[in-house]
Amino acid sequence: MSNIPETGRTPRVRIRLVVIQVLVFSLLLTLGGRLWYLQIRNGKEYTDEAKNNHVQQVVQPAVRGSILDARGVPLADNETRLVVSASRTELMKMKDKGKAVLTRLAGVLEMKPEDVINKIRLCDSETPKPCWNGSPYQPIPVTDEATTQQALTIREASEDFPGITAEPTAVRRYPAPGKARTAQVLGYLSPVTDQEIEKAKDTDSPFLRSDQVGRSGIERTYDKELRGKAGVTRYEVDNLGRVMGQTKSDPGIAGSTLVTSIDARVQAVAEYELAQAMKAVRQETDKITGRKYEADAGAVVVMETKTGRVVAMASQPDYDPNAWVGGISASDYAALTSKKSNYPLLNRAIQGQAPAGSIFKVVSASAAVRAGHGFNDRYNCSSSYSLGGRSFANFESKGHGPITLGEALKFSCNTVFYALGHQEWQRDGGLKPKKDAHDWFYRTARDFGLGAETRIDLPNEVTGRIPDRQWKQSFWEANKDVWCKQGKKGGSYVEQIAYESCLEGNQLKAYDSINFAIGQGDVLVTPIQMATAYAAISNGGTLYNPTVGKAVISPDGKRVREIKPAPHGKLPVGPETIRDLDKGLRSVVEPGGTAAWRFGGWPQDKIPMRAKTGTAQVYGKQTTSWLATYTDDFTIVMTISQGGTGSGASGPAVRNIYDAMYGLDDAGNQDLKRALLPKPQKTLPKINPDGTIDAPAVKPYDPEAQKVDPEAGGATPPLAGPPPVWRD
Amino acid sequence: MTTRTGFSVSRYAPDRGPVAKLTARDSVLRRLDWPMLLSSLALSLLGALLVWSATRGRTELNNGDPYYFLFRHLLNTGIGLALMVGTVWLGHRTLRGAVPILYGVSILLILAVLTPLGATINGAHAWIVIGGGFSLQPSEFVKITIILVMAVLLASKVDAGDQLHPDHMTVAKSLVLAALPMGIVMLMPDLGSVMVMAVIVLGVLLASGASNRWVLGLIGAGVGGAVLVTALGMLDEYQINRFAAFANPELDPAGVGYNTNQARIAIGSGGLYGAGLFKGHQTTGQFVPEQQTDFIFTVAGEELGFIGAGFILVLLGVVLWRACRIARETTELYGTVVAAGIIAWFAFQSFENIGMTLGIMPVAGLPLPFVSYGGSSMFAVWIAIGLLQSIRVQRPMTA
Repeated sequence: MSNIPETGRTPRVRIRLVVIQVLVFSLLLTLGGRLWYLQIRNGKEYTDEAKNNHVQQVVQPAVRGSILDARGVPLADNETRLVVSASRTELMKMKDKGKAVLTRLAGVLEMKPEDVINKIRLCDSETPKPCWNGSPYQPIPVTDEATTQQALTIREASEDFPGITAEPTAVRRYPAPGKARTAQVLGYLSPVTDQEIEKAKDTDSPFLRSDQVGRSGIERTYDKELRGKAGVTRYEVDNLGRVMGQTKSDPGIAGSTLVTSIDARVQAVAEYELAQAMKAVRQETDKITGRKYEADAGAVVVMETKTGRVVAMASQPDYDPNAWVGGISASDYAALTSKKSNYPLLNRAIQGQAPAGSIFKVVSASAAVRAGHGFNDRYNCSSSYSLGGRSFANFESKGHGPITLGEALKFSCNTVFYALGHQEWQRDGGLKPKKDAHDWFYRTARDFGLGAETRIDLPNEVTGRIPDRQWKQSFWEANKDVWCKQGKKGGSYVEQIAYESCLEGNQLKAYDSINFAIGQGDVLVTPIQMATAYAAISNGGTLYNPTVGKAVISPDGKRVREIKPAPHGKLPVGPETIRDLDKGLRSVVEPGGTAAWRFGGWPQDKIPMRAKTGTAQVYGKQTTSWLATYTDDFTIVMTISQGGTGSGASGPAVRNIYDAMYGLDDAGNQDLKRALLPKPQKTLPKINPDGTIDAPAVKPYDPEAQKVDPEAGGATPPLAGPPPVWRD
Repeated sequence: MTTRTGFSVSRYAPDRGPVAKLTARDSVLRRLDWPMLLSSLALSLLGALLVWSATRGRTELNNGDPYYFLFRHLLNTGIGLALMVGTVWLGHRTLRGAVPILYGVSILLILAVLTPLGATINGAHAWIVIGGGFSLQPSEFVKITIILVMAVLLASKVDAGDQLHPDHMTVAKSLVLAALPMGIVMLMPDLGSVMVMAVIVLGVLLASGASNRWVLGLIGAGVGGAVLVTALGMLDEYQINRFAAFANPELDPAGVGYNTNQARIAIGSGGLYGAGLFKGHQTTGQFVPEQQTDFIFTVAGEELGFIGAGFILVLLGVVLWRACRIARETTELYGTVVAAGIIAWFAFQSFENIGMTLGIMPVAGLPLPFVSYGGSSMFAVWIAIGLLQSIRVQRPMTA
């Protein structure tokens, strides 16, 4: 062994052993480095991935909050219905894609098999309704009107109905107390869409797949409050989906209750009277067109003057909001969105716009005062006003001689306002406007809140239009190409108009100004704007944001958030002018006034009534009827498209609403027991200790109740207008 | 050199009692490599905990007894320890004489796997079912046989002092002897084991002092062989898929790439401290397949975190470091070569096993020494520890 060293190693072997050792430890170091990279550097990412791996969520939808009227009567609530749902994922696993099961189900539910199959197909651009536009992983409701017997059949033979469930579920209901549908104000719900889920993902109120979302009306405005928060239980599951434990559960929070300022009883009266008025006027022949009035649409707003709270809001044509519950059927949807039905989904109180007609004259009178004309100065109410060779007549071409602005409101004298409008237009420089033109009429209209949203708590309010110089200019720029193409000098009436518009449509003409002064021409207003403005005259000049929501009450009744009246402006005239306007409007219902014949017997000394009638001309259509009224506490504005004159079409309806509210009979006798709402409802409905709110009973509106009992006789002498025999 | 037990103790010393013998400075107990022994034991016991955690909820495997695999793993560890003691008692030199018999038995056993006696588990026909819930994986023991048979051949002439390095003929013979069982294992097919064996052969050759040409030639042959095997389509589809999934784990997350993905999620979610024993979601949720055997490291990664998983690496490092010392310090080439073979085996198999769970190596069905559940593997590694201890115990005292 002499040639082998004591350690037994040749240098070659020694070096190789070192190489082995180095290799071994570099392998271990590699592992250590990789371990650090995965666990420390990228650990977060994998932790998240692991979480998704093994957590399943089970969602218990929150019960949507009720919508109550001012006294606690539910306008929208929930009822328990037996909902039969089909799990698409389960059905699609079957060989025949669940056809046999669905056919069997259709038999039990007494439906057509293809209807059932269509209900669970997924919506896409080519699939007509009915189809399912929610998540394909969610049970799809086939019907929410299963009978107990049907549900029992399905549950007892569950092996025959794989993937089908029959569960009692809370379903939205619009009970229409006292026939008050309140359709457009309440709005409707429909399932949440993928885009909405994506958009709201990181907000503080994310959507769940099963959520229904308010699509219009207060269901939409107060969606977040009403929706509550669904309960989510997170289960840990293993790789086979077996539940291993509960990790975290967020208990659901039921939606809050929304108390509105709507009074279901007044709402019912308003809806009935609006529909009745339209029905009645359709029997009358329009003297101008010679046809019966179309009365194709109408709206009425009842508002508290001192708060802007909406007591009733009706829009015609209307619809039954229950049509949306449980998914709208194809035929219902087509009916609600067709031209033939004249778009009942529109809330014409906030989305219908028309020229204001003479109810605009409060704005014109205020503008005149601002321009320096005295309210009680005398202005000549001639029978016609001529301008550039054209003559603009007074209503029924009647003159009243020199009168004050108050009397001009009373008689609704056009010529007074023509002259004032023309004069101001000239003072502003006419066709060549001065740099610092006052534009009093246009400015005052804006200051009355016209041409802008009233900020009511309902979605998609329209602004109307104030056709000032700027608007003329931009409207001309947008349309001049069409006009110049169509226009022809000396052609037909339309061609001539187009020709003139092409040349100088951007100019604010004298003609435009005098038309604007009586609320005609291009001006457009909404009923809610006019109600807000008239309420401001009533309350001394404050323009309130109209509100429907009054308070949000937590489901346990402990937390109450009141929605306080909020003003957004002041009328641009002083208290004296407001008093003058008030006096003028009061005289409208008194003998000689344009609305007097509709207010015969009204107790003007007890409940002073102010009103302004309006009959607005719309090119190519019959006149729009307007009636704007107010008492100390309430204002009512009604309009009927193609409905004739203000007092004629809307007068009786508005009077009947007031009669019902104040408990008046036709002769003006007040019976407070019968009065629905003689004073605004100030307090919120009483909340029980358990958070519930008791609903008082609502009697349906009886239009006959205010007819004078001929035997009781004792009618007080009429205080305003001609005797009640004048009524229709 | 004395002959009776191989101790270098003078037999002219006064007789001592058994306790005195065991505590004497030159006793077997004192000469054992305790860091290696304790690290191996720690790995086995840690393995028991991890196996327990991985199988506690797998009722389809443990027949409703959550402790089944814990006890089995502890039992295997006990048997392994006994095998180690036996190996030390016999001594690696004594085993020299038994190597031809061991070799023959090994060949017979792996041939038996190919007969109807063998059973297929996870695509590899590598098992002999003994009955009573026991099964044997002969390829684990073949690793030892290859090390011993090559070491005997390569070292005999060198240790006899006849030559400085093994000659070409001897190297060639040893390679042929190694190639025979490897070829049979390849037929099973148990590609993972063949890879480990190839690395063992490489380690053995390196340590034996065989000419560089042999070493380089072997590496070349390995690479060439891999290319050839792939080109000739000798691999089963599952093996190709494993490699494909390694290259791109997102390829088929529910299929082939599932294992690797879930393993990586498990380890990555452990973070620094881990979820705590029995608290790993991936583990309790049984998202990682084969977690008690091939993917045992994921349990450590998820439940014990970087600290626990890193500790396993440290323990493996201690075992390998002590093994390297033993290889360096022994006086005979035989001992050196055996130690080097075991180092190559442990190092590569650990690297492959942990590397695949970390996504830096393709998936191959190899257990993690000491830690993975499995009797054959446990017994084989403890026999290997016995061999290393024997080499250390029997080296001359360096005073």
